Amino acid sequence: MAKRFLSGNEAFAEGVRLARPQVISAYPITPQTTCVEALASMVESGALEAEYLHVESEHSALSAAIGASMAGARAFTATSSQGLLYMAECLVYASGGLYPIVMMNACRSTALPWNIYCDQRDSLLLADSGWIQAYAASAQEALDLALMSFAIAESPEVATPFMVCLDGFTLTHTYESVEVPESAQADAFLPPYKTENRFDFENPKNLAFSAGPETNYLFKHQEQQGMLNALKAVPQTEARFAQIFGRAYPGLTEGYLLEGAEYVLITLGTVTGIAQKTASDLRAEGFAAGVLRLRYFRPFPSQEIAKALRQVKAAAVIERDVSFGATGAVHQSVCAALQQQGITTRVSCVIAGLGGADISEDDLRGVFADLAAGRHETRFAGIRERRDER
Amino acid sequence: MHEILWHGRGGQGAFTAAKLLAAAWVFADDGHSALAWPSFGPERRGAPVRAFTRLAEGRCSDRSEIRKADISVYLDATLFDADKAREELKAGGIILLNSSEASPLPEALSYDASKTAQAILGRNFPNTALFGAAAALTGGISRTDLAAGISACLKSAIAKANLEAAQAGFDALASREAA
Repeated sequence: MAKRFLSGNEAFAEGVRLARPQVISAYPITPQTTCVEALASMVESGALEAEYLHVESEHSALSAAIGASMAGARAFTATSSQGLLYMAECLVYASGGLYPIVMMNACRSTALPWNIYCDQRDSLLLADSGWIQAYAASAQEALDLALMSFAIAESPEVATPFMVCLDGFTLTHTYESVEVPESAQADAFLPPYKTENRFDFENPKNLAFSAGPETNYLFKHQEQQGMLNALKAVPQTEARFAQIFGRAYPGLTEGYLLEGAEYVLITLGTVTGIAQKTASDLRAEGFAAGVLRLRYFRPFPSQEIAKALRQVKAAAVIERDVSFGATGAVHQSVCAALQQQGITTRVSCVIAGLGGADISEDDLRGVFADLAAGRHETRFAGIRERRDER
Repeated sequence: MHEILWHGRGGQGAFTAAKLLAAAWVFADDGHSALAWPSFGPERRGAPVRAFTRLAEGRCSDRSEIRKADISVYLDATLFDADKAREELKAGGIILLNSSEASPLPEALSYDASKTAQAILGRNFPNTALFGAAAALTGGISRTDLAAGISACLKSAIAKANLEAAQAGFDALASREAA
Protein backbone atom coordinates (compact mmCIF):
# COMPACT_ATOMS: atom_id res chain seq x y z
CA MET A 1 0.00 0.00 0.00
CA ALA A 2 1.39 3.41 -0.97
CA LYS A 3 0.58 6.72 0.71
CA ARG A 4 -0.26 9.35 -1.91
CA PHE A 5 -1.54 12.92 -1.82
CA LEU A 6 -4.65 13.03 -4.04
CA SER A 7 -7.93 14.81 -4.66
CA GLY A 8 -11.20 12.93 -4.19
CA ASN A 9 -11.59 12.55 -7.95
CA GLU A 10 -8.02 11.27 -8.35
CA ALA A 11 -8.42 8.85 -5.46
CA PHE A 12 -11.66 7.53 -6.92
CA ALA A 13 -9.97 7.03 -10.29
CA GLU A 14 -7.26 4.97 -8.52
CA GLY A 15 -10.01 2.81 -7.02
CA VAL A 16 -11.62 2.33 -10.43
CA ARG A 17 -8.23 1.39 -11.92
CA LEU A 18 -7.81 -1.29 -9.24
CA ALA A 19 -11.33 -2.62 -9.98
CA ARG A 20 -10.28 -3.28 -13.60
CA PRO A 21 -13.43 -2.22 -15.48
CA GLN A 22 -13.41 -3.45 -19.07
CA VAL A 23 -15.45 -0.55 -20.43
CA ILE A 24 -15.50 3.10 -19.31
CA SER A 25 -17.87 5.43 -21.11
CA ALA A 26 -18.10 9.01 -19.96
CA TYR A 27 -18.84 12.58 -20.94
CA PRO A 28 -16.99 15.25 -18.95
CA ILE A 29 -18.83 17.67 -16.66
CA THR A 30 -17.60 19.84 -13.78
CA PRO A 31 -16.82 18.73 -11.06
CA GLN A 32 -16.53 15.14 -12.31
CA THR A 33 -14.04 15.94 -15.10
CA THR A 34 -10.71 15.34 -13.35
CA CYS A 35 -11.82 11.80 -12.43
CA VAL A 36 -12.52 10.72 -16.00
CA GLU A 37 -9.45 12.62 -17.24
CA ALA A 38 -7.33 10.57 -14.83
CA LEU A 39 -8.94 7.35 -16.08
CA ALA A 40 -8.43 8.36 -19.73
CA SER A 41 -4.72 8.94 -18.96
CA MET A 42 -4.46 5.53 -17.30
CA VAL A 43 -5.97 3.85 -20.36
CA GLU A 44 -3.68 5.89 -22.64
CA SER A 45 -0.55 4.94 -20.67
CA GLY A 46 -1.55 1.29 -20.36
CA ALA A 47 -1.86 1.44 -16.56
CA LEU A 48 -5.47 0.36 -17.05
CA GLU A 49 -6.54 -2.09 -19.73
CA ALA A 50 -10.02 -0.94 -20.70
CA GLU A 51 -12.05 0.33 -23.61
CA TYR A 52 -12.49 4.08 -22.99
CA LEU A 53 -15.46 5.48 -24.91
CA HIS A 54 -15.57 9.26 -25.08
CA VAL A 55 -19.24 9.48 -26.02
CA GLU A 56 -21.22 12.54 -27.13
CA SER A 57 -23.58 12.84 -24.14
CA GLU A 58 -24.42 11.47 -20.71
CA HIS A 59 -27.42 9.64 -22.15
CA SER A 60 -25.02 7.80 -24.46
CA ALA A 61 -22.49 7.28 -21.66
CA LEU A 62 -24.87 5.20 -19.61
CA SER A 63 -26.43 3.56 -22.68
CA ALA A 64 -22.98 2.34 -23.73
CA ALA A 65 -22.27 1.11 -20.20
CA ILE A 66 -25.56 -0.82 -20.25
CA GLY A 67 -24.60 -2.41 -23.59
CA ALA A 68 -21.21 -3.38 -22.17
CA SER A 69 -22.78 -4.85 -19.05
CA MET A 70 -25.24 -6.82 -21.22
CA ALA A 71 -22.22 -8.31 -22.98
CA GLY A 72 -20.90 -9.43 -19.59
CA ALA A 73 -18.29 -6.68 -19.15
CA ARG A 74 -17.56 -4.73 -15.97
CA ALA A 75 -18.64 -1.20 -16.86
CA PHE A 76 -18.07 2.22 -15.29
CA THR A 77 -19.32 5.72 -15.94
CA ALA A 78 -19.28 9.03 -14.08
CA THR A 79 -21.27 12.22 -14.21
CA SER A 80 -22.76 15.11 -12.23
CA SER A 81 -25.82 17.35 -11.92
CA GLN A 82 -27.43 18.14 -15.31
CA GLY A 83 -25.52 15.22 -16.82
CA LEU A 84 -27.08 12.83 -14.32
CA LEU A 85 -30.52 14.26 -15.05
CA TYR A 86 -29.91 13.88 -18.79
CA MET A 87 -29.10 10.18 -18.30
CA ALA A 88 -32.11 9.65 -16.00
CA GLU A 89 -34.00 7.62 -18.60
CA CYS A 90 -31.15 5.14 -18.79
CA LEU A 91 -30.82 4.76 -15.00
CA VAL A 92 -34.05 2.78 -14.80
CA TYR A 93 -32.99 0.63 -17.78
CA ALA A 94 -29.83 -0.33 -15.91
CA SER A 95 -31.58 -1.13 -12.64
CA GLY A 96 -34.55 -2.84 -14.30
CA GLY A 97 -32.19 -5.02 -16.33
CA LEU A 98 -30.17 -5.90 -13.18
CA TYR A 99 -26.95 -4.58 -14.74
CA PRO A 100 -24.42 -3.93 -11.94
CA ILE A 101 -22.81 -0.84 -13.47
CA VAL A 102 -20.91 1.50 -11.15
CA MET A 103 -21.25 5.25 -11.61
CA MET A 104 -19.51 8.05 -9.76
CA ASN A 105 -21.66 11.13 -9.28
CA ALA A 106 -19.98 14.37 -8.28
CA CYS A 107 -22.84 15.91 -6.31
CA ARG A 108 -23.65 19.33 -7.69
CA SER A 109 -26.60 21.67 -7.64
CA THR A 110 -29.20 21.70 -10.41
CA ALA A 111 -30.20 24.58 -12.71
CA LEU A 112 -31.59 27.24 -12.57
CA PRO A 113 -29.90 29.46 -11.38
CA TRP A 114 -26.86 27.87 -13.01
CA ASN A 115 -24.44 26.65 -10.36
CA ILE A 116 -21.51 24.23 -10.45
CA TYR A 117 -21.08 23.85 -6.69
CA CYS A 118 -22.07 21.17 -4.23
CA ASP A 119 -25.43 20.13 -3.00
CA GLN A 120 -27.19 16.79 -3.33
CA ARG A 121 -30.26 17.74 -5.33
CA ASP A 122 -28.97 15.81 -8.36
CA SER A 123 -28.42 12.37 -6.82
CA LEU A 124 -31.34 12.62 -4.38
CA LEU A 125 -33.68 13.42 -7.26
CA LEU A 126 -32.77 9.97 -8.64
CA ALA A 127 -32.93 8.05 -5.36
CA ASP A 128 -35.99 6.25 -6.73
CA SER A 129 -34.24 5.03 -9.88
CA GLY A 130 -33.30 1.64 -8.43
CA TRP A 131 -29.59 2.34 -7.93
CA ILE A 132 -27.73 1.74 -4.69
CA GLN A 133 -26.50 5.11 -3.39
CA ALA A 134 -23.50 5.56 -1.11
CA TYR A 135 -22.06 8.94 -0.05
CA ALA A 136 -18.33 9.21 0.68
CA ALA A 137 -16.98 11.63 3.28
CA SER A 138 -13.24 11.42 2.47
CA ALA A 139 -10.96 10.64 -0.48
CA GLN A 140 -9.90 7.38 1.21
CA GLU A 141 -13.50 6.30 1.60
CA ALA A 142 -14.15 7.27 -2.03
CA LEU A 143 -11.30 5.05 -3.24
CA ASP A 144 -12.43 2.18 -1.05
CA LEU A 145 -16.04 2.58 -2.21
CA ALA A 146 -14.89 2.39 -5.83
CA LEU A 147 -13.69 -1.14 -5.07
CA MET A 148 -16.52 -2.18 -2.75
CA SER A 149 -19.25 -0.83 -5.06
CA PHE A 150 -18.39 -3.34 -7.79
CA ALA A 151 -18.27 -6.20 -5.29
CA ILE A 152 -21.67 -5.31 -3.81
CA ALA A 153 -23.37 -4.48 -7.12
CA GLU A 154 -22.16 -7.67 -8.81
CA SER A 155 -22.97 -10.09 -5.99
CA PRO A 156 -25.65 -12.33 -7.58
CA GLU A 157 -28.20 -11.81 -4.80
CA VAL A 158 -27.93 -8.03 -5.28
CA ALA A 159 -27.41 -7.50 -9.06
CA THR A 160 -28.14 -3.79 -8.78
CA PRO A 161 -26.29 -0.79 -10.26
CA PHE A 162 -24.37 1.37 -7.80
CA MET A 163 -23.99 5.16 -7.64
CA VAL A 164 -21.08 6.38 -5.52
CA CYS A 165 -21.69 10.02 -4.60
CA LEU A 166 -18.81 12.41 -3.90
CA ASP A 167 -19.68 15.95 -2.83
CA GLY A 168 -18.58 18.27 -5.63
CA PHE A 169 -15.41 20.27 -4.90
CA THR A 170 -15.46 19.74 -1.11
CA LEU A 171 -14.52 16.14 -1.84
CA THR A 172 -13.80 15.87 -5.58
CA HIS A 173 -11.29 18.76 -5.62
CA THR A 174 -9.90 18.68 -2.08
CA TYR A 175 -6.46 17.08 -1.62
CA GLU A 176 -5.57 14.76 1.25
CA SER A 177 -3.42 11.73 1.95
CA VAL A 178 -4.75 8.42 0.68
CA GLU A 179 -3.51 4.84 0.98
CA VAL A 180 -3.58 3.31 -2.50
CA PRO A 181 -3.73 -0.50 -2.31
CA GLU A 182 -1.61 -2.85 -4.41
CA SER A 183 -3.17 -4.48 -7.49
CA ALA A 184 -2.66 -7.96 -6.04
CA GLN A 185 -4.74 -7.06 -2.97
CA ALA A 186 -7.48 -5.56 -5.15
CA ASP A 187 -7.51 -8.62 -7.40
CA ALA A 188 -7.89 -10.89 -4.37
CA PHE A 189 -10.81 -8.77 -3.18
CA LEU A 190 -12.56 -8.35 -6.53
CA PRO A 191 -12.35 -11.23 -9.01
CA PRO A 192 -13.43 -10.67 -12.65
CA TYR A 193 -17.16 -10.13 -13.23
CA LYS A 194 -19.04 -13.31 -14.16
CA THR A 195 -22.76 -13.37 -14.89
CA GLU A 196 -25.45 -15.33 -16.64
CA ASN A 197 -27.38 -12.10 -17.23
CA ARG A 198 -25.65 -11.47 -20.59
CA PHE A 199 -25.68 -12.03 -24.33
CA ASP A 200 -24.44 -15.54 -24.92
CA PHE A 201 -24.49 -17.32 -28.29
CA GLU A 202 -24.13 -20.71 -26.58
CA ASN A 203 -27.07 -20.13 -24.24
CA PRO A 204 -29.22 -17.52 -25.98
CA LYS A 205 -31.81 -15.77 -23.84
CA ASN A 206 -34.13 -12.82 -24.04
CA LEU A 207 -32.81 -9.64 -22.44
CA ALA A 208 -34.45 -6.23 -22.05
CA PHE A 209 -37.90 -7.62 -22.76
CA SER A 210 -41.43 -6.35 -22.17
CA ALA A 211 -43.56 -7.43 -19.21
CA GLY A 212 -47.26 -6.59 -19.10
CA PRO A 213 -49.59 -6.18 -16.14
CA GLU A 214 -49.65 -9.94 -15.46
CA THR A 215 -45.94 -10.15 -14.59
CA ASN A 216 -44.55 -6.64 -14.31
CA TYR A 217 -44.89 -6.44 -10.53
CA LEU A 218 -42.93 -9.67 -10.19
CA PHE A 219 -39.93 -8.05 -11.83
CA LYS A 220 -40.28 -4.94 -9.66
CA HIS A 221 -40.52 -7.15 -6.57
CA GLN A 222 -37.34 -8.91 -7.68
CA GLU A 223 -35.63 -5.53 -8.01
CA GLN A 224 -36.75 -4.55 -4.53
CA GLN A 225 -35.40 -7.84 -3.13
CA GLY A 226 -32.02 -7.29 -4.81
CA MET A 227 -31.79 -3.81 -3.33
CA LEU A 228 -32.82 -5.05 0.14
CA ASN A 229 -30.24 -7.83 -0.09
CA ALA A 230 -27.63 -5.08 -0.25
CA LEU A 231 -28.48 -4.34 3.42
CA LYS A 232 -26.60 -7.55 4.22
CA ALA A 233 -24.10 -7.43 1.36
CA VAL A 234 -22.72 -4.06 2.53
CA PRO A 235 -21.50 -5.19 5.99
CA GLN A 236 -20.37 -8.56 4.59
CA THR A 237 -18.34 -6.86 1.86
CA GLU A 238 -16.89 -4.39 4.37
CA ALA A 239 -15.80 -7.27 6.63
CA ARG A 240 -14.02 -8.94 3.71
CA PHE A 241 -12.51 -5.58 2.72
CA ALA A 242 -11.17 -5.09 6.26
CA GLN A 243 -9.54 -8.54 6.19
CA ILE A 244 -7.67 -7.82 2.97
CA PHE A 245 -6.92 -4.10 3.25
CA GLY A 246 -6.97 -3.57 7.03
CA ARG A 247 -9.46 -0.68 6.90
CA ALA A 248 -12.80 -1.15 8.65
CA TYR A 249 -16.06 0.58 7.77
CA PRO A 250 -19.11 0.79 10.06
CA GLY A 251 -21.90 -0.42 7.75
CA LEU A 252 -24.71 1.65 6.30
CA THR A 253 -24.50 4.36 8.96
CA GLU A 254 -21.75 5.87 11.09
CA GLY A 255 -22.56 7.00 14.60
CA TYR A 256 -20.52 9.69 16.35
CA LEU A 257 -20.94 10.42 20.08
CA LEU A 258 -24.35 8.74 20.02
CA GLU A 259 -23.82 7.18 23.44
CA GLY A 260 -25.97 9.23 25.78
CA ALA A 261 -26.77 11.77 23.05
CA GLU A 262 -29.93 13.84 23.59
CA TYR A 263 -29.78 15.83 20.36
CA VAL A 264 -28.54 14.40 17.07
CA LEU A 265 -27.73 15.79 13.63
CA ILE A 266 -28.34 13.47 10.67
CA THR A 267 -25.89 14.01 7.79
CA LEU A 268 -25.08 12.73 4.31
CA GLY A 269 -21.65 13.33 2.77
CA THR A 270 -18.88 15.74 3.72
CA VAL A 271 -20.88 18.05 6.02
CA THR A 272 -20.33 15.25 8.53
CA GLY A 273 -16.83 16.61 9.34
CA ILE A 274 -17.99 19.97 10.69
CA ALA A 275 -21.05 18.32 12.30
CA GLN A 276 -18.76 15.96 14.24
CA LYS A 277 -16.48 18.83 15.27
CA THR A 278 -19.49 20.83 16.47
CA ALA A 279 -20.86 17.86 18.44
CA SER A 280 -17.46 17.25 20.01
CA ASP A 281 -17.10 20.92 21.02
CA LEU A 282 -20.63 20.94 22.48
CA ARG A 283 -19.93 17.76 24.45
CA ALA A 284 -16.96 19.53 26.04
CA GLU A 285 -19.40 22.26 27.08
CA GLY A 286 -21.77 19.70 28.68
CA PHE A 287 -24.37 19.59 25.88
CA ALA A 288 -25.23 15.99 24.86
CA ALA A 289 -24.80 16.28 21.08
CA GLY A 290 -24.26 13.46 18.58
CA VAL A 291 -24.10 12.88 14.83
CA LEU A 292 -25.57 10.09 12.72
CA ARG A 293 -24.12 9.92 9.22
CA LEU A 294 -25.99 7.99 6.55
CA ARG A 295 -23.29 6.33 4.45
CA TYR A 296 -25.94 4.70 2.29
CA PHE A 297 -29.19 6.29 1.17
CA ARG A 298 -30.41 3.36 -0.94
CA PRO A 299 -31.03 0.81 0.37
CA PHE A 300 -32.25 2.95 3.24
CA PRO A 301 -30.79 1.95 6.64
CA SER A 302 -34.12 2.10 8.52
CA GLN A 303 -33.12 -0.29 11.31
CA GLU A 304 -29.85 1.47 12.07
CA ILE A 305 -31.58 4.85 12.15
CA ALA A 306 -34.35 3.60 14.43
CA LYS A 307 -31.78 2.13 16.79
CA ALA A 308 -29.71 5.32 16.86
CA LEU A 309 -32.64 7.70 17.39
CA ARG A 310 -34.86 5.63 19.69
CA GLN A 311 -33.56 7.25 22.88
CA VAL A 312 -32.76 10.79 21.75
CA LYS A 313 -34.91 13.83 22.57
CA ALA A 314 -34.86 15.34 19.09
CA ALA A 315 -32.91 15.17 15.83
CA ALA A 316 -32.43 17.33 12.73
CA VAL A 317 -31.49 16.41 9.19
CA ILE A 318 -28.91 18.74 7.64
CA GLU A 319 -30.42 18.54 4.19
CA ARG A 320 -28.51 19.58 1.07
CA ASP A 321 -31.73 19.15 -0.86
CA VAL A 322 -35.25 20.54 -0.98
CA SER A 323 -38.37 18.94 -2.36
CA PHE A 324 -40.33 22.13 -2.98
CA GLY A 325 -43.64 22.13 -1.15
CA ALA A 326 -42.45 19.38 1.17
CA THR A 327 -39.16 19.01 3.09
CA GLY A 328 -36.12 17.15 1.72
CA ALA A 329 -35.51 13.62 0.48
CA VAL A 330 -33.40 12.55 3.46
CA HIS A 331 -35.83 13.99 6.00
CA GLN A 332 -38.80 12.24 4.39
CA SER A 333 -37.04 8.87 4.35
CA VAL A 334 -35.88 9.24 7.98
CA CYS A 335 -39.37 10.17 9.19
CA ALA A 336 -40.97 7.29 7.29
CA ALA A 337 -38.49 4.82 8.77
CA LEU A 338 -39.12 6.02 12.33
CA GLN A 339 -42.89 6.12 11.96
CA GLN A 340 -42.92 2.59 10.54
CA GLN A 341 -41.09 1.33 13.60
CA GLY A 342 -43.25 3.20 16.08
CA ILE A 343 -40.53 5.62 17.18
CA THR A 344 -41.77 9.06 18.09
CA THR A 345 -38.50 11.02 18.18
CA ARG A 346 -39.17 14.38 16.56
CA VAL A 347 -36.99 15.02 13.49
CA SER A 348 -36.76 18.48 11.92
CA CYS A 349 -35.40 19.47 8.54
CA VAL A 350 -32.80 22.19 8.05
CA ILE A 351 -32.15 22.93 4.39
CA ALA A 352 -28.53 24.05 4.18
CA GLY A 353 -25.52 24.13 1.93
CA LEU A 354 -27.45 24.58 -1.30
CA GLY A 355 -25.40 25.60 -4.34
CA GLY A 356 -22.13 25.21 -2.43
CA ALA A 357 -23.02 27.46 0.53
CA ASP A 358 -20.64 26.85 3.42
CA ILE A 359 -22.09 25.20 6.52
CA SER A 360 -20.25 26.55 9.55
CA GLU A 361 -19.97 25.46 13.17
CA ASP A 362 -22.11 28.50 14.11
CA ASP A 363 -24.86 27.30 11.74
CA LEU A 364 -24.84 23.85 13.34
CA ARG A 365 -24.73 25.21 16.89
CA GLY A 366 -27.86 27.13 15.93
CA VAL A 367 -29.54 23.90 14.84
CA PHE A 368 -28.67 22.18 18.13
CA ALA A 369 -29.97 25.24 20.04
CA ASP A 370 -33.25 25.05 18.11
CA LEU A 371 -33.62 21.36 18.98
CA ALA A 372 -33.00 22.03 22.65
CA ALA A 373 -35.53 24.90 22.60
CA GLY A 374 -38.18 22.73 20.95
CA ARG A 375 -38.16 24.63 17.63
CA HIS A 376 -38.87 22.05 14.94
CA GLU A 377 -40.18 23.95 11.92
CA THR A 378 -38.57 23.26 8.55
CA ARG A 379 -36.28 26.12 7.68
CA PHE A 380 -33.58 27.25 5.27
CA ALA A 381 -30.30 27.93 7.07
CA GLY A 382 -29.43 31.60 6.73
CA ILE A 383 -32.95 32.87 5.99
CA ARG A 384 -33.98 33.63 9.59
CA GLU A 385 -30.62 35.32 10.20
CA ARG A 386 -31.17 37.57 7.16
CA ARG A 387 -34.60 38.48 8.45
CA ASP A 388 -33.13 39.35 11.86
CA GLU A 389 -30.58 41.66 10.25
CA ARG A 390 -33.29 43.77 8.61
CA MET B 1 -4.66 22.38 14.23
CA HIS B 2 -3.20 24.97 11.86
CA GLU B 3 -5.34 26.85 9.37
CA ILE B 4 -3.63 28.66 6.53
CA LEU B 5 -5.14 31.12 4.05
CA TRP B 6 -3.34 31.76 0.76
CA HIS B 7 -4.01 34.95 -1.22
CA GLY B 8 -2.67 35.17 -4.74
CA ARG B 9 -3.47 35.96 -8.32
CA GLY B 10 -4.52 33.37 -10.87
CA GLY B 11 -1.35 31.82 -12.31
CA GLN B 12 0.89 32.48 -9.29
CA GLY B 13 0.42 29.00 -7.86
CA ALA B 14 -1.38 29.78 -4.60
CA PHE B 15 -3.21 26.45 -4.70
CA THR B 16 0.02 24.60 -5.46
CA ALA B 17 1.53 26.19 -2.36
CA ALA B 18 -1.53 25.15 -0.33
CA LYS B 19 -1.12 21.56 -1.55
CA LEU B 20 2.65 21.52 -1.00
CA LEU B 21 2.29 22.54 2.62
CA ALA B 22 -0.42 19.93 3.27
CA ALA B 23 1.59 17.19 1.53
CA ALA B 24 4.79 18.02 3.43
CA TRP B 25 2.77 17.93 6.66
CA VAL B 26 1.20 14.50 6.05
CA PHE B 27 4.50 12.93 4.93
CA ALA B 28 6.31 14.42 7.93
CA ASP B 29 4.48 12.21 10.45
CA ASP B 30 2.18 9.19 10.05
CA GLY B 31 -0.24 10.63 12.60
CA HIS B 32 -0.65 13.89 10.65
CA SER B 33 -3.55 14.58 8.34
CA ALA B 34 -4.39 17.58 6.19
CA LEU B 35 -6.78 19.04 3.65
CA ALA B 36 -5.90 21.46 0.85
CA TRP B 37 -8.39 23.06 -1.49
CA PRO B 38 -8.65 25.96 -3.91
CA SER B 39 -11.30 28.64 -4.08
CA PHE B 40 -13.59 26.59 -6.28
CA GLY B 41 -14.82 27.48 -9.69
CA PRO B 42 -13.64 29.20 -12.85
CA GLU B 43 -10.37 31.10 -12.53
CA ARG B 44 -8.70 33.79 -14.59
CA ARG B 45 -5.03 34.56 -14.84
CA GLY B 46 -4.32 37.66 -12.76
CA ALA B 47 -7.64 37.68 -10.87
CA PRO B 48 -7.49 37.41 -7.07
CA VAL B 49 -7.72 33.78 -5.90
CA ARG B 50 -7.63 32.13 -2.52
CA ALA B 51 -6.52 28.70 -1.40
CA PHE B 52 -6.80 26.89 1.91
CA THR B 53 -4.76 24.45 3.98
CA ARG B 54 -5.95 22.80 7.18
CA LEU B 55 -3.38 20.75 9.13
CA ALA B 56 -4.18 18.46 12.04
CA GLU B 57 -2.09 16.35 14.42
CA GLY B 58 -4.84 13.68 14.25
CA ARG B 59 -7.87 13.23 12.02
CA CYS B 60 -8.85 16.15 9.79
CA SER B 61 -12.42 15.94 8.53
CA ASP B 62 -13.67 19.53 8.88
CA ARG B 63 -14.15 20.81 5.31
CA SER B 64 -15.90 24.04 6.24
CA GLU B 65 -14.47 27.33 5.04
CA ILE B 66 -11.48 28.79 6.89
CA ARG B 67 -12.73 32.15 8.17
CA LYS B 68 -9.87 32.95 10.54
CA ALA B 69 -6.35 31.72 9.93
CA ASP B 70 -3.24 30.98 11.98
CA ILE B 71 -1.15 31.99 8.99
CA SER B 72 -2.34 34.22 6.17
CA VAL B 73 0.01 34.32 3.18
CA TYR B 74 -0.02 36.98 0.46
CA LEU B 75 1.74 35.89 -2.72
CA ASP B 76 1.04 39.35 -4.13
CA ALA B 77 1.39 42.30 -1.74
CA THR B 78 -1.02 44.41 -3.83
CA LEU B 79 -3.80 42.15 -2.50
CA PHE B 80 -2.95 43.07 1.09
CA ASP B 81 -5.38 45.27 3.00
CA ALA B 82 -4.50 45.72 6.67
CA ASP B 83 -8.08 45.79 8.01
CA LYS B 84 -9.25 42.80 5.99
CA ALA B 85 -6.08 40.89 6.78
CA ARG B 86 -6.55 41.42 10.54
CA GLU B 87 -10.22 40.48 10.26
CA GLU B 88 -9.38 36.99 9.01
CA LEU B 89 -6.54 36.32 11.43
CA LYS B 90 -6.83 34.38 14.71
CA ALA B 91 -5.41 35.92 17.89
CA GLY B 92 -1.67 35.28 17.74
CA GLY B 93 -1.83 34.59 14.01
CA ILE B 94 0.86 35.61 11.54
CA ILE B 95 0.63 37.38 8.19
CA LEU B 96 3.32 36.43 5.67
CA LEU B 97 3.78 39.01 2.93
CA ASN B 98 5.73 38.52 -0.28
CA SER B 99 7.34 41.93 -0.24
CA SER B 100 10.72 43.65 -0.43
CA GLU B 101 9.46 46.38 1.87
CA ALA B 102 9.38 46.46 5.65
CA SER B 103 6.40 44.84 7.34
CA PRO B 104 3.44 47.24 7.68
CA LEU B 105 1.97 45.56 10.80
CA PRO B 106 3.42 44.07 14.00
CA GLU B 107 1.73 40.71 13.26
CA ALA B 108 3.06 40.66 9.68
CA LEU B 109 6.38 39.35 8.35
CA SER B 110 7.85 40.50 5.05
CA TYR B 111 9.85 38.07 2.97
CA ASP B 112 10.89 38.74 -0.61
CA ALA B 113 9.87 35.40 -2.13
CA SER B 114 9.80 36.87 -5.63
CA LYS B 115 13.51 37.71 -5.29
CA THR B 116 14.25 34.13 -4.19
CA ALA B 117 12.20 32.80 -7.13
CA GLN B 118 13.97 35.07 -9.64
CA ALA B 119 17.37 33.99 -8.32
CA ILE B 120 16.68 30.25 -8.24
CA LEU B 121 13.94 29.64 -10.82
CA GLY B 122 14.72 32.60 -13.08
CA ARG B 123 11.02 33.52 -13.02
CA ASN B 124 8.67 35.21 -10.60
CA PHE B 125 6.86 32.16 -9.21
CA PRO B 126 6.99 32.94 -5.47
CA ASN B 127 4.78 30.03 -4.41
CA THR B 128 7.40 27.40 -3.63
CA ALA B 129 9.59 29.80 -1.62
CA LEU B 130 6.49 30.82 0.34
CA PHE B 131 5.62 27.16 0.87
CA GLY B 132 9.01 26.72 2.52
CA ALA B 133 8.55 29.92 4.52
CA ALA B 134 5.09 28.90 5.74
CA ALA B 135 6.40 25.42 6.63
CA ALA B 136 9.00 27.03 8.89
CA LEU B 137 6.29 29.11 10.59
CA THR B 138 4.00 26.11 11.04
CA GLY B 139 6.42 23.93 12.97
CA GLY B 140 5.96 20.16 12.70
CA ILE B 141 7.63 20.23 9.28
CA SER B 142 11.41 19.95 9.15
CA ARG B 143 13.63 21.22 6.34
CA THR B 144 14.06 17.64 5.09
CA ASP B 145 10.27 17.12 4.97
CA LEU B 146 9.97 19.74 2.21
CA ALA B 147 11.17 17.25 -0.41
CA ALA B 148 8.28 14.85 0.20
CA GLY B 149 5.80 17.64 -0.41
CA ILE B 150 7.57 18.68 -3.61
CA SER B 151 7.71 15.15 -5.01
CA ALA B 152 4.02 14.53 -4.18
CA CYS B 153 2.81 17.67 -6.00
CA LEU B 154 5.28 18.73 -8.70
CA LYS B 155 6.50 17.11 -11.91
CA SER B 156 10.00 15.74 -11.56
CA ALA B 157 11.37 18.12 -14.24
CA ILE B 158 10.72 21.15 -12.02
CA ALA B 159 11.12 19.48 -8.64
CA LYS B 160 14.82 20.14 -8.03
CA ALA B 161 14.85 23.92 -8.52
CA ASN B 162 11.58 24.35 -6.65
CA LEU B 163 12.88 22.33 -3.72
CA GLU B 164 15.84 24.69 -3.62
CA ALA B 165 13.44 27.67 -3.57
CA ALA B 166 11.39 26.04 -0.80
CA GLN B 167 14.54 25.41 1.25
CA ALA B 168 15.61 29.03 0.79
CA GLY B 169 12.18 30.16 2.01
CA PHE B 170 12.36 27.78 4.95
CA ASP B 171 15.84 28.99 5.94
CA ALA B 172 14.87 32.66 5.67
CA LEU B 173 11.93 32.28 8.05
CA ALA B 174 13.50 29.67 10.36
CA SER B 175 16.46 31.96 11.06
CA ARG B 176 14.10 34.88 11.64
CA GLU B 177 12.00 32.85 14.10
CA ALA B 178 15.15 31.85 15.99
CA ALA B 179 16.32 35.45 16.23
